[in-house]
Amino acid sequence: MDWTLLLQLTLNGLIVGALYGVVAMSFVLIYKASQVVNFAQGEFLLVGAWVCWWLLTEWQMPFWAGFLVTLAFMTLFGVILQVVVLRPLIGEPVISVIMATIGLGIFFQALMKWIFGVFAKPFPPIFSTERVNLLGLEVQTAYLMSLGISVLIMAGFAWFFTASKHGLAMRATAFDQQVAQSLGISVPKVFAMSWAISAVVSAVAGVVVGVVNGVSSALSVYGIKVFPAVILGGLDSVIGAVLGGLIVGVLENWAQYLDAGWLNWGNMVTIAPFYALIVILLIKPYGLFGTKNIERV
Amino acid sequence: MDLAPAGEYRSSYREDMTIFPTRNSRRAVLLGLILACGLPFLLGRYELGLLINIGTLGIAALGLNILVGFTGQISIGHAAFFGFGAFASAWLHERWHIPVALCIPIAGAMTAVVGLVFGAPAGRLKGLYLAIATLAAQFILEDFFARAQWFTGGVAGRITEPFALGSWVADREESYFYVVLAYVVVMYLGAANLIRTRDGRALVAVRDHYLSAEVMGINLAYYRTLSFGIASFYAGIGGALYAHYLLFVSVEAFNILFSIQFLGMVIIGGLGSVMGSLMGAAFMVLLPEVVQAGADLLSGSAIDRALKLGASISFLREMAVGAAIILFLIFEPDGLARRWRLIKSYWKLYPYSH
Repeated sequence: MDWTLLLQLTLNGLIVGALYGVVAMSFVLIYKASQVVNFAQGEFLLVGAWVCWWLLTEWQMPFWAGFLVTLAFMTLFGVILQVVVLRPLIGEPVISVIMATIGLGIFFQALMKWIFGVFAKPFPPIFSTERVNLLGLEVQTAYLMSLGISVLIMAGFAWFFTASKHGLAMRATAFDQQVAQSLGISVPKVFAMSWAISAVVSAVAGVVVGVVNGVSSALSVYGIKVFPAVILGGLDSVIGAVLGGLIVGVLENWAQYLDAGWLNWGNMVTIAPFYALIVILLIKPYGLFGTKNIERV
Repeated sequence: MDLAPAGEYRSSYREDMTIFPTRNSRRAVLLGLILACGLPFLLGRYELGLLINIGTLGIAALGLNILVGFTGQISIGHAAFFGFGAFASAWLHERWHIPVALCIPIAGAMTAVVGLVFGAPAGRLKGLYLAIATLAAQFILEDFFARAQWFTGGVAGRITEPFALGSWVADREESYFYVVLAYVVVMYLGAANLIRTRDGRALVAVRDHYLSAEVMGINLAYYRTLSFGIASFYAGIGGALYAHYLLFVSVEAFNILFSIQFLGMVIIGGLGSVMGSLMGAAFMVLLPEVVQAGADLLSGSAIDRALKLGASISFLREMAVGAAIILFLIFEPDGLARRWRLIKSYWKLYPYSH
């Protein structure tokens, strides 16, 4: 057993897992507020990262300015998607809504490939020191930033849902739309807001991944890795999403360790979470924290 | 003339359930088939190739429509089953030297078994959870294709033999067209008849209100899993036909985008419509051609130079697929099948449409 390697992989898993957790959280946010399963979540990361990259390289903006403009753009992007595409589909069967988000996903993925090409492009360097030594382990500065931002976003979500007026309105809408309406909450506004927040948060994750690995269409993989995470945590639980993301991140790194050391199957990093997903669905379909659906006739 | 009456004059279930309600509709179908048989003498190889693609994809899309449109389940892994059928047929021929004509149905049956395995969660899961489970099936099967050298030829892919029946070898578009046509007719009649049986009605009942269906004595888990099996069988047959047309199957072809295209066919054709599946497949096959034609039309012009149309045609095709799915969902959720009904009724009632 190579303990240092295992520890390093676990740390990597936690860092990547925190990002999965952030994306999963924004996925759950949309699902809770508007009952839409968003298969285009990965494309939010993609669009956000490319826009930020474009601002930084083509327009030579400083990082903070480009980042803020990206966030403003993503707010608009999320609202427009909700209003133009998802709003006409309210009340349609689940399959239609799912298909609409899948359609959005392939549309934007192809659009980004068309505009920016298929090759990964690196972000201009943001940190002066590339790596730092943390308790004997080499860690990239960008990874530390990623972990910090993830934790910050999670704390932000916690505050938003427990203390802010809009967050409470959103929870009320998720709980019962009619009751929320009778209390003077504008449900269409809440829907649009949930999409905007989700797009912004995903874009932050996208930029972080872009800084670490470079921007390419591989970013949209995060949108798919979200599914094992949210199924593990429960589709409608924010805490579950974070935990699920962390578990999936660690799991895939351990699977890689196992694979490299003993199994030699190859490709376990990408597939292991899906095996886990099938097992979870068979044993505990509502996840660790998800609401059990009790059906009455 | 032998037209359908304007009112409801049917007095028995038998009359209500027929596939072709009037003698003329039967004649029209026969005439259409005879015309289709003449097509290889009229069209070029490229157009025939498109028709063959419509046929093979149409069979698989029909399977997905039975699953999605009739039973109300969602599957985002149909291309993986399609691919399994393709590899299974090629493997059966090479490993066991079974004639290709037999390989295709056996490959369908094998795919049905795989579909039943992955459909097992369908007995317990509904809606979103099922969609995500099938997403996992897509990735696991794709991974299996890349890994199972003995079955798929691994990364190099697998070369397949052309369809042969006795001394007649269907190795050209002109001859293979008949094979696909025969399969399309059999599979579509099979599906149209399935819907009329007790099992078919049970599937629709599960879609419409599964609780009521269960109360009426329909075994939910059984029918949900069964519908997965049927869908995979159709996918397997379609995949096998596809393999023996292209004569080469590669691992990369059966990715999630392909699965989404199948869902697109079903949505665009019309959920819960047998003929709609074929229309949807035709739409999906012809859409890239239209995009290509549009790009060719603009090639050399200023727009082409500014937008790099020629170099990025594959992205434009993908975008067209995505946009088509979204536009159909918003503006014509019942798909081409409904459009077709509207056109028919327009001519039937002309000029007194109100």
